[in-house]
Amino acid sequence: MPTDAPLADPGAARVATGPPAVRLAGLRKSFGHLAAVAGVDLEIAEGEFFTMLGPSGSGKTTLLRLVAGFERPDAGVVELGGTDVTRQPPYARDVNTVFQDYALFPHMNVRENVEYGLRVRRVPRAERRRRAEAALEMVRLTGLSERKPVQLSGGQRQRVALARAIVNEPEVLLLDEPLGALDAKLRQEMQSELKRIQREVGITFVYVTHDQEEALTMSDRLAVFNQGRIEQLGTPVDVYERPASDFVAGFIGISNLLERDGRHITVRPEKIRLLADGEQPPPGSHTEPGRIEDVVYLGMLTRYVVSLADGGRLTAVRQNLDGYAADVLGTRGTSVTVAWRDDLSYEVTPEREEQA
Amino acid sequence: MTSTVAQGGRPGGEPASSRHAGGVPGGGSARLAAALWRRAWLRATLTLTPPLAWFLVIYLASLVVMLVTAFWSVNPFTNTLVHTWTLSNFRQLFTSTYLIIIGRTVGMAALVTVTDAVLAFPFAYYMARLASNRGRQLLFTAVLLPLWASYIARVYAWIVILQKGGTLSWSFQKLGLGAVNIGYTNTAMWLVFSYIWLPFMIVPVYAALERIPDSLLEASGDLGAHNWRTLRSVLLPLALPGVVAGSIFTFSLTLGDFITPLLVGGANSNFIGNVIYSNLGTAGNLPFAAALAVVPIVIMVFYLLGARLLGAFESL
Repeated sequence: MPTDAPLADPGAARVATGPPAVRLAGLRKSFGHLAAVAGVDLEIAEGEFFTMLGPSGSGKTTLLRLVAGFERPDAGVVELGGTDVTRQPPYARDVNTVFQDYALFPHMNVRENVEYGLRVRRVPRAERRRRAEAALEMVRLTGLSERKPVQLSGGQRQRVALARAIVNEPEVLLLDEPLGALDAKLRQEMQSELKRIQREVGITFVYVTHDQEEALTMSDRLAVFNQGRIEQLGTPVDVYERPASDFVAGFIGISNLLERDGRHITVRPEKIRLLADGEQPPPGSHTEPGRIEDVVYLGMLTRYVVSLADGGRLTAVRQNLDGYAADVLGTRGTSVTVAWRDDLSYEVTPEREEQA
Repeated sequence: MTSTVAQGGRPGGEPASSRHAGGVPGGGSARLAAALWRRAWLRATLTLTPPLAWFLVIYLASLVVMLVTAFWSVNPFTNTLVHTWTLSNFRQLFTSTYLIIIGRTVGMAALVTVTDAVLAFPFAYYMARLASNRGRQLLFTAVLLPLWASYIARVYAWIVILQKGGTLSWSFQKLGLGAVNIGYTNTAMWLVFSYIWLPFMIVPVYAALERIPDSLLEASGDLGAHNWRTLRSVLLPLALPGVVAGSIFTFSLTLGDFITPLLVGGANSNFIGNVIYSNLGTAGNLPFAAALAVVPIVIMVFYLLGARLLGAFESL
């Protein structure tokens, strides 16, 4: 079964000092008939970079909003640093949010935006200035303090939103798909920036995304959400290499699901070898004959879709170490033997039945 | 595509010659459409000429005539226009009689504007951010429905409410609060103006509030601001252009009105509009009426410049 109990929490092994930064117990939230969050228990350790990953509508954003206090749960408890804040409004919670649309105040310039939280808390002017400058330096955005948000690019707005949140030094920073609106190159840049900032400030990050690559590259641990529940909780390596369900296998990476002797197994595309005629598989390998149905040249990689003689279809990728596009594209329609090491395929639970 | 049709011709179609002209099929109207498509300036000229002609000839020309008239005078014996330039009309404006009237008009316009802004903001806020879709539709109807009724009818309704022994006074007496007699006073004018122009404030304020994304209010709360602080630091500044846009209506409509002062005002309720009206009619002093009419125009020019500084036109 998918693990949604803290008992199976692999993070329990980490050094536990003090209460968890965030603890959620039995959390539920419905909108009309739709159960957005359908019973979530979760502990996030202090200083952790924790990612909630899932398709849209899986409840991850609602869960984040429950932690921030923008939504009130139908049932369950939200604790921050050991204190029950379930009934507290957002302004009383020691968390700050980086919004998906950045939510910068359009009538304030960059400095006023960043200082807003400090001004509300009556931090003296000089200290406000100093901390705002430090936060803007942290996100590498200096010299633009007098600009209004409309005068900034998407990436710059993103940094302002981040600075505005971290300047308050919250217990927990909540990030709601903060890189969603950026182009691919900028997104990669910001991924490592976010990691660096998180290391420097040491704040617990709770990061919501539907992008599996972001989740895998940045997180200490991640939770995969489906239909308001946690399907799997673990480190990126755990979740990628040993997906607990076919949903997780399919959502993270390419779904390679086969049914053999009544067992559902999955194997990652990069673990599959395509054997040339007469080539011997490495010892301890599982082999199956098939036919190359499609070849897609991706530059660094080539992706092969192989339909197997025993039924089912697998996607395999191969690095383009030698040879040119023309060579690999010519292999379409040819027979091939696929092989993978037995210990690199995993049995998964099939998709749970639709719960009415 | 057009060229293939023109070259090949359709079987059984009209003679090729009509379609060949200019390489565009379809005859005159199509040719015109193509010409318009190619020339943006021609399109602009054709669409703008009728309204611009109307505006220039009818409206601006009359304004100019009026301005010119303001520098003429009237022969008091023959009651005919004297076409010699004089500043006497404008000099007369700066006498205490007319300064009081101008002051009263501007003061009332300002008071009505503030009253409407205070009444409209919570109402528009409820409409824009709290009401259900159905509730919003009902409220919109309630706001706009009075505009369907005649202005005069609504002012008369207020006379019935406010006059001596009217609905208001009667209700107060029944409640044991004593009689109120505010009919035909400046207070009555203030009430009636505030009521009549309220929709013109609610609609732009509603439009401004509706455009503020929820996430901005959430962000304010998230950064530690309680609701009053969010209202003051986020909601009000962002709704301000809408309030200013609405105030242009309430201020200018009050400034130019002469019916309400006539109907519900009292002895000391003369407005710029009334005085212009009586100078046109009974007194027959067209030049002085014209000079007086320049006053609200000048005031509105300054008002609009101020409104522009506050960003009222960015939301239009």
